[in-house]
Amino acid sequence: MHPIVKLVSQRFALGILLLFGASALIFGLTEALPGDAAQAVLGQSATPEALANLREEMGLNRPALTRYFEWLGGIVQGDLGQSLTNKLDIAESIGKRLGNTLFLACAAAVVSVPLAIFLGLLAVRYRNRWPDKLISAITLTTVSIPEFLIGYVVIYFISVKLGWFSSLAMINETMSFGQKLNAIALPAFVLTLVVLAQMMRMTRAAILNLMQSAYIETAELKGLSNFQVIARHAFPNAISPIVNVVMLNLAYLVVGVVVVEVVFVYPGMGQYLVDSVTKRDVPVVLACGVVFAAVYIGLNMVADIVSILANPRLRHPK
Amino acid sequence: MNEQLTHMAGQVTAGKLTRREFMGKAAALGVSAAMASTMFADAARAAGPKKGGDLKFGLQGGNSTDSLDPATYASSVPFQNGRQFGDTLVEVAPDGSIEPRLAESVEGSADAKVWTFKLRQGVEFHNGKTMTSEDVLKTMERHSNEDSKSGALGIMKGIESMKADGDNFQVTLTEPNADLPFLMADYHLIVQPDGGMDNPAAGIGTGPYQVEVDEPGVRHVFKKFANHWNPDFGNFDSVEVIVINDATARTAALQSGQVHAVNRVEPKVADLLGRAPNLTVHSTAGRGHYVFIMHCDTAPFDNNELRLALKHAINRQELVDKVLRGYGTVGNDMPVNAAYPLFDGSIPQREFSLEKAAEHYKKSGHDGSPIIMRVADGAFPGAVDAAALFQQTAAQAGIPLEIKREPNDGYWSEVWNVQPFCASYWGGRPVQDQMYATAYLSTADWNDTRFKVPEFDEMLFAARAELDNDKRKDIYSKMGVMVRDQGGLICPMFNDFVEGVTNQLEGWESDPTQEMMNGQVSRKMWFS
Repeated sequence: MHPIVKLVSQRFALGILLLFGASALIFGLTEALPGDAAQAVLGQSATPEALANLREEMGLNRPALTRYFEWLGGIVQGDLGQSLTNKLDIAESIGKRLGNTLFLACAAAVVSVPLAIFLGLLAVRYRNRWPDKLISAITLTTVSIPEFLIGYVVIYFISVKLGWFSSLAMINETMSFGQKLNAIALPAFVLTLVVLAQMMRMTRAAILNLMQSAYIETAELKGLSNFQVIARHAFPNAISPIVNVVMLNLAYLVVGVVVVEVVFVYPGMGQYLVDSVTKRDVPVVLACGVVFAAVYIGLNMVADIVSILANPRLRHPK
Repeated sequence: MNEQLTHMAGQVTAGKLTRREFMGKAAALGVSAAMASTMFADAARAAGPKKGGDLKFGLQGGNSTDSLDPATYASSVPFQNGRQFGDTLVEVAPDGSIEPRLAESVEGSADAKVWTFKLRQGVEFHNGKTMTSEDVLKTMERHSNEDSKSGALGIMKGIESMKADGDNFQVTLTEPNADLPFLMADYHLIVQPDGGMDNPAAGIGTGPYQVEVDEPGVRHVFKKFANHWNPDFGNFDSVEVIVINDATARTAALQSGQVHAVNRVEPKVADLLGRAPNLTVHSTAGRGHYVFIMHCDTAPFDNNELRLALKHAINRQELVDKVLRGYGTVGNDMPVNAAYPLFDGSIPQREFSLEKAAEHYKKSGHDGSPIIMRVADGAFPGAVDAAALFQQTAAQAGIPLEIKREPNDGYWSEVWNVQPFCASYWGGRPVQDQMYATAYLSTADWNDTRFKVPEFDEMLFAARAELDNDKRKDIYSKMGVMVRDQGGLICPMFNDFVEGVTNQLEGWESDPTQEMMNGQVSRKMWFS
């Protein structure tokens, strides 16, 4: 077997194992939280009688292990089950929510990743001169401000004062692609500001590191323009650390944007998970948790594989 | 100029002038925007409701886990959803009287034990079926039988039997209760086909709007139901309930015109928001109250002197000014206020008095160890601040209060009704009887102050059976005083419903029963 195929399949198998571990951990932690779904649903209006009836209906009277393995049995057959609280099909709800989350993440990534890398290259080209300092100053400022505050500022000026975009990023199936893009313009903009700095700084650092190498000097000596040296000779060797940071940020865009979702009223996965934890809706928490874990594990796997492919020494091990 | 304005107002009433045109012309005549806005509203109201338009709510209180099953309603968004697609037998009118809905009339027997609801005929469900008394019976059974998990289960106790009899639905009680119609107005008790026994979350009702999109925690869309029994109800083509749990996002959505009405405007921004030209902030005195509750049967709170010491040590006006920013009224350590029918306004207000607090504290013989009070902002908005203010004034009277912050998550299951002294919130009930029966009767499940006084219980039952309102008022007055002087309730304030509504909507009326005009905005208001 080709070493790369072997490596990928090894990683894949490990990833699956990790997912099972993650689901067990999530189940254990959710069970450890005080109260259960019946109590959370009834809230202040819980009477002992109503509680008992609701527990019975939700099947919460059975032992925790039984419930976990039932869930596990379902999921290996591709059945995510039903929500405890509103009886809706989880796969269907998650499908919509995940689609929305990925849509927003993609939109933000399509803008932010090329922009961050370009700005990083630009910063190296003009290192320690005003463009470099300006780029660093702006991106570091936006990453330092809490995202909800950026969100509010953006809403106040762009939505309330200027009226250019809607502050409610509500999207649904009946909207056209253009309408959807228009609706998510503001949250995507905020997310771009949030993730830009780390990717840009890493690109800058990784390339600067290489710029001291002898082969870069050679390239300069043979008369290549400054930008060509960076883009053609330095960048390919800096791909590995950059991809790692990019993947980390992409994972963040998928799993970590609940604050932005709340501020812009975006129907994504984050809010779904938070609501379900509050209501102790264990099957939904598990499903969301596994999806998030899969995204994290998957993107990290991609980062590893790309690093290996980008590095001839790892690609052809002796 | 005056004639000109009168003429213009007449044109508005006749539907010949839109709001924009009217405002523009009025401005040209040198009339201030605020004045013109009021004139337009008056003229538009005179014209009567107009049909059409898509109403959008931006509401706090929705969750991805919400269901359309009326039995599970416990927050604002499900409540509002129920109001769109469902009807109850009767409704509490803004003036506190009983208004007929699916029941044309209601009659009680002389001893107030048997109540007969005469049902409206020809009422159609959204699935095309005609409502029968059997549907009503099944609905009430689902909320009260042994398997019930309904939020209304508590109020359905005391029903001995129910029966469907032709056009009538009859309830027989174990004890007389003159307020039974008010119990049947509870927002959980939406009549569903077959009582919702087969599929309670189907969202099929008899309401003026039918469910079109149901995305819990995101939005709920309803479209006009053409065959509603009352064509006057529901002036909009569609109603959309958008869940916006973040307060800033909610106000921004209202300001930028993306929604027409929002609930729970934060008191600290209400004044600023009210200055915006295109909207009005309505503050409605309600029956909800922010409270601190002590268990009367747990040391050290089993000592009435200590309870009185704490009651005197809280500065109610300061709390209303700082926590509610004036959007509320001071409480009097009883769970009822002037918004209730048969309330006795002559009961003296308990005043903040450090001397009396110190005096009672001394009499209580408390050992001076810290008194632990548990709070979380989930109990009511600003609870932690309110507790800190309380702590400071108590300290001045020499009472050592210690605040213990609890997580919002799980507050209602782990702290409230479990710990002996904590912050809490009560939403209020349409009548005094229901409020007292829910939380102050010895045997009540939610007796969160462990107030168990047989004499009080007797008065409650006596008031229920009493059909003479003067006598009832007198009994309620005595009960209020008893809770105030002996109970475990520290009730510093009643909060107002603070809501923002665009000026494009007409027909707002103040309703203390529940928020957002008791959920009647989509039925009674209209676009000008």
